[in-house]
Parts: sequence; structure tokens; C-alpha cells
Amino acid sequence: MNKINLIIQREYLTRVKKKSFVIMTLLGPILMAALMIVPVWLGMKDQDFQIIEVIDETGLFIDQFENTNTLRFEHQFVNIEFAKDSFYNSKYTSILHISSSDKQSKAKMYYKKQPGINTISKIENTIEEGIRNIELKKQFNITKDQLDKINPNVSVETIFRNADGAEETKSSAISTVLGFGAAIIIYMFIFLYGVQVMRGVIEEKTNRIVEIIISSVKPFQLMLGKIVGIALVGLTQFLLWIALTTIIISIAQVALNQAIDVADTATIEEVMKAQGAGNVDTSNMGQQIQEIIDEIPIVTLLISFLFYFLGGYLLYGALFAAIGSAVDSEADTQQFMMPITIPLIFSFVVAQTVIQNPDGAMAFWLSLFPLTSPVIMMVRIPFGVETWELLLSMFLLVLGFIGTTWIAGRIYRTGILMYGKKITYKELWKWLFYKG
Amino acid sequence: MDILHVKRVYKSYANHTALHNVSLRVPQKSIFGLLGPNGAGKTSLIRIINQITAPDKGEILFEKEPLSPKHISQIGYLPEERGLYKKMGVGEQALYLAQLKGMSKQEATIKLKQWFQKFEIENWWDKKVEELSKGMAQKVQFITTVLHEPKLLILDEPFSGFDPINTNLIKKEILELREKGSTIIFSTHNMASVEEICDHIALINKSKKILDGKVKDIKEAYRSNSYEIVFEGNMIAFSNALWTSFEIISTHIDNGRNYVKVKGTDNRISVNTLLATIINDVRIISVNELTPSMNDIFIQKVGEANPEDLSEE
Repeated sequence: MNKINLIIQREYLTRVKKKSFVIMTLLGPILMAALMIVPVWLGMKDQDFQIIEVIDETGLFIDQFENTNTLRFEHQFVNIEFAKDSFYNSKYTSILHISSSDKQSKAKMYYKKQPGINTISKIENTIEEGIRNIELKKQFNITKDQLDKINPNVSVETIFRNADGAEETKSSAISTVLGFGAAIIIYMFIFLYGVQVMRGVIEEKTNRIVEIIISSVKPFQLMLGKIVGIALVGLTQFLLWIALTTIIISIAQVALNQAIDVADTATIEEVMKAQGAGNVDTSNMGQQIQEIIDEIPIVTLLISFLFYFLGGYLLYGALFAAIGSAVDSEADTQQFMMPITIPLIFSFVVAQTVIQNPDGAMAFWLSLFPLTSPVIMMVRIPFGVETWELLLSMFLLVLGFIGTTWIAGRIYRTGILMYGKKITYKELWKWLFYKG
Repeated sequence: MDILHVKRVYKSYANHTALHNVSLRVPQKSIFGLLGPNGAGKTSLIRIINQITAPDKGEILFEKEPLSPKHISQIGYLPEERGLYKKMGVGEQALYLAQLKGMSKQEATIKLKQWFQKFEIENWWDKKVEELSKGMAQKVQFITTVLHEPKLLILDEPFSGFDPINTNLIKKEILELREKGSTIIFSTHNMASVEEICDHIALINKSKKILDGKVKDIKEAYRSNSYEIVFEGNMIAFSNALWTSFEIISTHIDNGRNYVKVKGTDNRISVNTLLATIINDVRIISVNELTPSMNDIFIQKVGEANPEDLSEE
């Protein structure tokens, strides 16, 4: 056991000390954070200050337009032609001309600086609401406040009821995101670090150090040590990424805080209204999201994420190690990579279908089969999975991992000492039955 | 006492037999040459002794005990195909390999420093292996093989890739290690080095052992009873003197001297008889017994092994 620790240590330390690891670990979060921050920042930069001269011939919209810190409306009681003539030299960035309050009316906007889509939809909403209020008063003699009071807010809640009569609420939007996110991470982790295992084995083989090492430790120990060592490298990188990304994003948030606060909440509401969401009670929405998150089995999700994350990697890592041992160089790996990558890519592709129908037969069977379960089960868990299914799937994954490790160990111990020979599947099959 | 006793070992792979009923005894404190042409089964046997693979049949005793994982730390192995992690530091790597053999880090560090001093390579400690030349890397490999002071040292073609200076250095170290009590198994097909340092040998050909024993005894057994005589005088008188006890194999004259190779017709003949036969007829300058070199024996034995004799399972 002590020797396995030594191997794990070496595999871990040599990789963590590499320049490429340090660079990737630092660069990864910066790239990820940049992906999240830059669009927001660019969006903010876009919204420079606009002063709009409002010429309202109907007189109905005076003081109806709401000023924000990037947008200011000023009402001028001048002739439109006069305003247009003096426009270019004025402080205004555009002129809003409202000539009628017909339902089909068209307001005009003259600009020297293109107003954003948000600004336009904001103006449209204000005018529409003004006209609606007038019409309400005129035709039905009710005010907007009266209408709001009777405005219903209905949503359909989906509740799962099992045989024992226990009920639980499931919600799909957030579950979809969570499940899919977890599946992507697991998929990437298996691929990235599985290939590292394979490379490590090939390196030892081509360096010809492997025979020296296996005269001190069992080939199986060397293989397992390598797989575990690289898993720890992956976990380290993963955790550092999360930590660094969080730090960078929070710093960026603080830096951009004020601007985001004001501009964003305003913008979100505007966009939602523009999209016809009508009256959205934002405080209520926050509460709903909170409820949905409460309903998702967070603890189960975290534990199973770690489990499938490692289990899936160990299962595939062993197979990658076996491939590495059977070839002389990375160029020869192609033919053996296929059967490993196919179930992995397949499960990733199928995950999108599974999300549509997380309790279907395909979802069920694929989430039990060890080669696909790490990805598929992670997609299903946020929607709620019966405990026995989860346990069975985990149990099968452990069995699968022991199975692939056993197979890989047998191929490995023969393969690492085999040089200059094109290996076929038939040969690999024979290796399984050699006596130690 | 024998440090290693290989008893009737068989090993076969999918489509060939690597070892067929091979038995060996390696005496303690000997330098044991394991000889044979390429593909004879030497490496298979060495891997079995190192417990890298297991025999299909047969048994191996290490100091009279069946070979087991606890013996790993008492064996040092320098494989024929050897290398190091290229990207790793020399010292760091040597420490790692020593620890895998069961040494503590402190002990290994102290001993490594001593060896590095001895080989005058202290300043390599922090270098990466990829910066070393092949010969330099070989030195490091040799150190890591012997560092844990194994009772049994197995060197597979140790001199391949060494320049003459390093070859001498390593030879000296091997002899020194033997003085300190190590036994060395030395696999090679370089016969010159066998004659120079081995005291026992075993010859393996086509998965079977075809010859083993002390180098002295083997040479004795393969004595050809031939002599080379250098003399001045009459060639006819010389051949008459030999009469029927010797036959002449070859002759040539150089600078007035006759160089004649003769072979005794009777095995009991010694240098004395030869001298007695000719001493009155020619002026003898020198007489040498022509002993067969290990190379001759090797070629003769391997040549004798007819492929059809080998039973294939």
C-alpha cells in the first residue's frame, strides 16, 4: 500500500508542478469568468448616455417617461420642424415625436446616435400603456389600478405522486440546467483526464522505465496509482477552477456592482415587458426560484455528482490505461479508442433526449448501464430519481469499475512489456487469460 | 550455498515456448553469466526471477525460501530495455525508485549522495533526465539498481550503450559489489566480458538450458587438446618427432620461425609429453595450450542444437 502511495504522489506532484498545469489552472477561470463578465460589461459600455427630446403633440405623456441614469427624457413644447432644424447642434441624442394617441399610432424618433432596442421598447411600452389607460377610462370607465387588482396570476404546478401517496414538486427549467451542466462536466473530465492516463502509460512504456518500476511494484499497483494520482490532479484543478472563478466573478461584480444593479434590473424588467410577459412580479419570481431550488435534492445531487464524477472517471480511466499499454505510440491508439469513446459520446448525445423524458425507458436503462450511467444519471437526478434506482446504478457502476479495472490490469501487465508489435483485438483477448 | 535455485521452470506465451524445463543454481557471491542468443528465453527467466511474471510450472527458491514479494527489496534489476522519466529531475527520480524498492527517504538520500560523489556527478542532481546523454543516464540507472544494496543483482546486457571508460567503471563496481557479498547474474551475449568476469555460466538456447557450470570446468571440458608451438629448426624433423601422438593442424613460417598448431591424438597428453617429444629436434621458442574461448563454446553449442530436436508444445 505504501508503494501505491508513492506512485500516487509522483503522478500527482509531477503533473501539478508542470507549467502547463499552473497556466491552465489560472487561465481556465479567467476565460470562464471572461465568458460571463465580458458580455455584461460590453452591454453596459454600449449604453451610453442618451438625452431624448420629447415633443408630445397629444400632451398625454408628459412626465410619463421614466428617467434612468443612462436615459433622460426632456419635454419641449416646440414645433417639430423647429426642433428638427436645431437638432444637430443641440444636446439631444434623439427627438421623440408623438403626434397622435390612436391605437395604431406611430411615434417617430430622429436620432444622431442609434437608440438601443431596450430604449425603443421602453418608449413603446410607455406609450402603449398610456393609450391603454386612456381607452380603459374612455370605454369602460375603469382606472389602471382597478384593472391591476383583478389581474389574475396563474401558474400550473406539477406534482409527482408515488404509490405511497407521497408527493413532491418537480420543476424542469432549473433541473435541466443543473443536470446538463453536471453531465457536461463529467463528460469532459472523463475525456480530459482519461487521455492523460493513456498518455502517462505510453510515456512510461516508450521511456522504457516501466520494467524498472514493475520489478519493484506490481503492474496493477502502478496502473491504479497512476489512475488515482491523475484523478487527484483533476479534482485539484476542478476545485481551483471553481474557487478562482468564484473569486474573479465576485471581484468583477463588486467593481461593476452599481452599474449592473441599476441598469440591469431596469433592463430585465423592460425586456420582459417587451416580450409580452405583462405584469411580472419580480419579488414573487425570486421566491419561486428559491422554492424550486429547495425542491431539487441538493444533497443527493452533490453526493451523486462526486460519485459519478469519480466512478465514471475510474471506469474509463482503467480502459484508457489498457489502451496506452497495448500501443507503442499515441498514433496507434485510434483503433482502440473507438469502442471507448462511442459509449461516452453516445451518452452525451442521448442526454438531450433524456432531459425531455427523464423517466422514460431509455433514460432508465442507460442510467443503469455503467458505461453510460455517469452522464445519464446526472441528467436525471435533478428531476428526482427513486432511491433504489440510484443505489442500483451506483452499485452497477462500482461493479463496472471493478470489471474494467480487472480487464485493464490483465491487458496492462502484458502490454507494457510488449514492444514493436501491432496488437489486434484477438491478441488483447488472449492477454486476458495469461497467467500472471 | 545457492542464493537462487530455479527448479524445472516452464513458461509459454500464446504461440511460443519461452522456457522449457529450465533448472539453475546460482551460487552465493558468484558472478553468474546467463548466456544465449537473442530470443532464447533469458529475459523471460529474468522477469520470472524479478516476479514481473510467474512461471507456468516450476519453482524458484531464494535463499532456500520460495520466491515471494518480500524478496523484491533484496533484488536489484537493470533491464536491457531501460530508461527513466525524461521530464523528472535526476535526484528526485533516483529517490523515487529507491523508495519503491523499500528504502526510507533519508537513507536513500544519504546513499545517493555518496554514489553521486563516487561517480563525480553531484552536479546532476537537479538536472532533468532529458538533459543527460545516454551514457550519463546509464550511470544513473546503474546507481538506482544497486543503491539498496541487493543480495542479488541482475544485469541484463549492462554494457550495451556504454563507452569503454564507463564499461570499465561499471566492471570495477560489479567486482566490488561481489566483494561486499552480492551475487550478480549477468545476462549477455558479449562473450569477451563473460570470460573476463564470470565464474559460473548457464547457456540457454531456444528455451532450453543446454550448458551450465563453472567457467573453469566448462573450459576444461571443452579443451581441444591443441597446442601452438613456435620453433626454429627443420620442419621435417619436427613432424617426424611428433610421430603418431600428434597431428598437425596448420603451419606457417614467418621471419624464419615456424608457427605450428598441433592436436593430440590422445586425451591424456599434456604439455610435458609434447615438450618431451620435440625438445631434442628443434629450438623451442614458445608453447601454448590452445584453450577454447567462451565464444567458441557458445557457437559450437548453439550450432549443435538442431531446431528439429526441440519439441514444440
